[in-house]
Amino acid sequence: MANKVLMKGNEAIAEAAIKAGCMHYFGYPITPQTEIAAYMAKKMPKIGGVFLQAESEVAAINMVYGVSSTGKRVMTSSSSPGISLKSEGLSYMAGSDLPTLVVNVERGGPGLGGIQPSQSDYFQATKGGGHGDFHMIVLAPSSVQEMADLTIKGFDLADKYRMTSMILADGTMGQMMEPVEISDDVQITKYEKPWATTGTNCERKHNIVNSLSLVPEELEELNYKRYEKYAQIKENEQMAEEFMMDDAEICVVAFGIAARVSQNAVVEARKQGIKVGLIRPITLWPFPEKVLSKAADKVKAFISVELSMGQMVEDIKLATSCKKPVELCNRVGGMIPSPEQVLAKINEVKGGLK
Amino acid sequence: MAKLTFETDLCKGCGLCVNACPKNLLVLSKDKINLKGHSPVEITDEAACIGCASCAIMCPDCIITVER
Amino acid sequence: MKVFEKPKALTDAPFHYCPGCTHGIIHRLVAEAIDELGIEGKTIGVAPVGCAVMAYNYFACDMIEAAHGRAPAVATGVKRSCPDNIVFTYQGDGDLASIGMAETVHSAARNENITVIFVNNAIYGMTGGQMAPTSLPGQVTQTSPYGRDVNHCGYPVKVCEMLAQLEGPEYLERVAVNNVANIRKAGKAIKKAFENQINKKGFSLIEVVSTCPTNWGMKPTDALKWLDENMLPYYPLGVYKDRSKEEK
Repeated sequence: MANKVLMKGNEAIAEAAIKAGCMHYFGYPITPQTEIAAYMAKKMPKIGGVFLQAESEVAAINMVYGVSSTGKRVMTSSSSPGISLKSEGLSYMAGSDLPTLVVNVERGGPGLGGIQPSQSDYFQATKGGGHGDFHMIVLAPSSVQEMADLTIKGFDLADKYRMTSMILADGTMGQMMEPVEISDDVQITKYEKPWATTGTNCERKHNIVNSLSLVPEELEELNYKRYEKYAQIKENEQMAEEFMMDDAEICVVAFGIAARVSQNAVVEARKQGIKVGLIRPITLWPFPEKVLSKAADKVKAFISVELSMGQMVEDIKLATSCKKPVELCNRVGGMIPSPEQVLAKINEVKGGLK
Repeated sequence: MAKLTFETDLCKGCGLCVNACPKNLLVLSKDKINLKGHSPVEITDEAACIGCASCAIMCPDCIITVER
Repeated sequence: MKVFEKPKALTDAPFHYCPGCTHGIIHRLVAEAIDELGIEGKTIGVAPVGCAVMAYNYFACDMIEAAHGRAPAVATGVKRSCPDNIVFTYQGDGDLASIGMAETVHSAARNENITVIFVNNAIYGMTGGQMAPTSLPGQVTQTSPYGRDVNHCGYPVKVCEMLAQLEGPEYLERVAVNNVANIRKAGKAIKKAFENQINKKGFSLIEVVSTCPTNWGMKPTDALKWLDENMLPYYPLGVYKDRSKEEK
């Protein structure tokens, strides 16, 4: 049992991670996610866990690599510029098939950018996040409760598929406070990790955690195998929420804070008699292609609402095979679209429908 | 009485052991070539070996076993 | 009676190193220390990027291959996760003193309870002989073809001297593998670096001055001579920090 408590999104992630059995956290301060580190710094020493402030994001992700090699749950968190630094480690973890959870509480970019909310790391997160052919499971919470729930889910998926799960949240998700309930008794599935490097005890051949493969035929095979796993994930793990989609002619697609704004706009548009609904991707990778491709046969147009110059809009076009027009409604640089802006876009699209 | 055993096929003919031998008993073969294509080390006078293991300590490829 | 044989902590895999490359000697010294201390079953090694990248094939203990320069961070994670295991990194000069300088300095500053084996041969071997952070003034390499010009690219990094300024590290020693006597001393230093970890004393780094005959463009025997005449005057051997001695 657990009580509802008022928490910041960042704190909810930290508490949920601990409840999910993550006893190791490494990070480097960066706004707007530092509350995660602060929470861990306070909590971990009291419960026999490890919090260590690393000398850089690069070091932090490599400490994560070390703990993950020993088969234990471990995480790091950062914000956009810090995730760029971690991308080296993310690629090595993918190449070594190591599980972990990485949190990106995005801020406006590129470069140092700003510290206000953004979703402009969508490409970086969903298309790999480092060199080489790989994917991470990318989860996009749109409430503080989901920050917690998806953290728990993310650890499970990471262990299940031996890969990185990323929580891709925007600054609002990290900073806002909402009531949240995290069970004291999170059910944790135990995954065997015979590959872990914890010492041979002189009882088995040595384990090697490694991403180097100099024989091209072998490296090719490794890549194909990894993509077979990705295909399985695409088949089994797509998550999305549908809202008022039954008779919708226009489908708004949005995640995170953009989805909350869009939902208000949809409700308002319905009052005006416009048949509009919302699809909220929860997994950004795998992208919820199934629900979108189904929608493409029913609706007349899509609107992608994003805090970026238009990144997810490309995945919507791919998922729907461009069967219907896909419009973009966005703000960037730390700005958030208002319900009025989304409503205006819905009206504009409605006006253009035949 | 000391005895040296060489894993001749792993020898890379670098000659570090040759220089390390205090009795100058080691040479790189003049007439043999091993699997790796190197001229491997040989001992010229087994009876004169004092088993000091200097050659083995210097060998970068762990190809020498020393018994005494 | 066998008085010398290949240590058990090395696998049967033949080293891929060039003829006369002293990596093999240093691998053996690490393995001998592991054997003598009876810790193979609980040791976890972290390999670098560079010539020793495939060290994971040679040590019989569990091994992790790290990104370039990141071995001390990876080892930090491993040690924090498994404090009762023995964790070592094996790194070259480019890996430890250039791209991984931050990880090196901060793991030393934290007195991370790990053992670091630092192989300094003043050149990048794997990529074909480029200037290293430890290349000597005037040293000709592929990327300093007219000799290292200190006015243009600065001075070599003396790692032991630099780290000795920190309060953190437990033990810093520079050794060499250019002759039998020095190899014996190097073996003792490496063993001590592992013992320090077993005794939970903290960060021990052994800098091993070593050769690269191929990229120095010399016969292996000449490379040892060059090390003696050029490297050792610039990188004097000795103990740079031993905190347990300071406390006495």
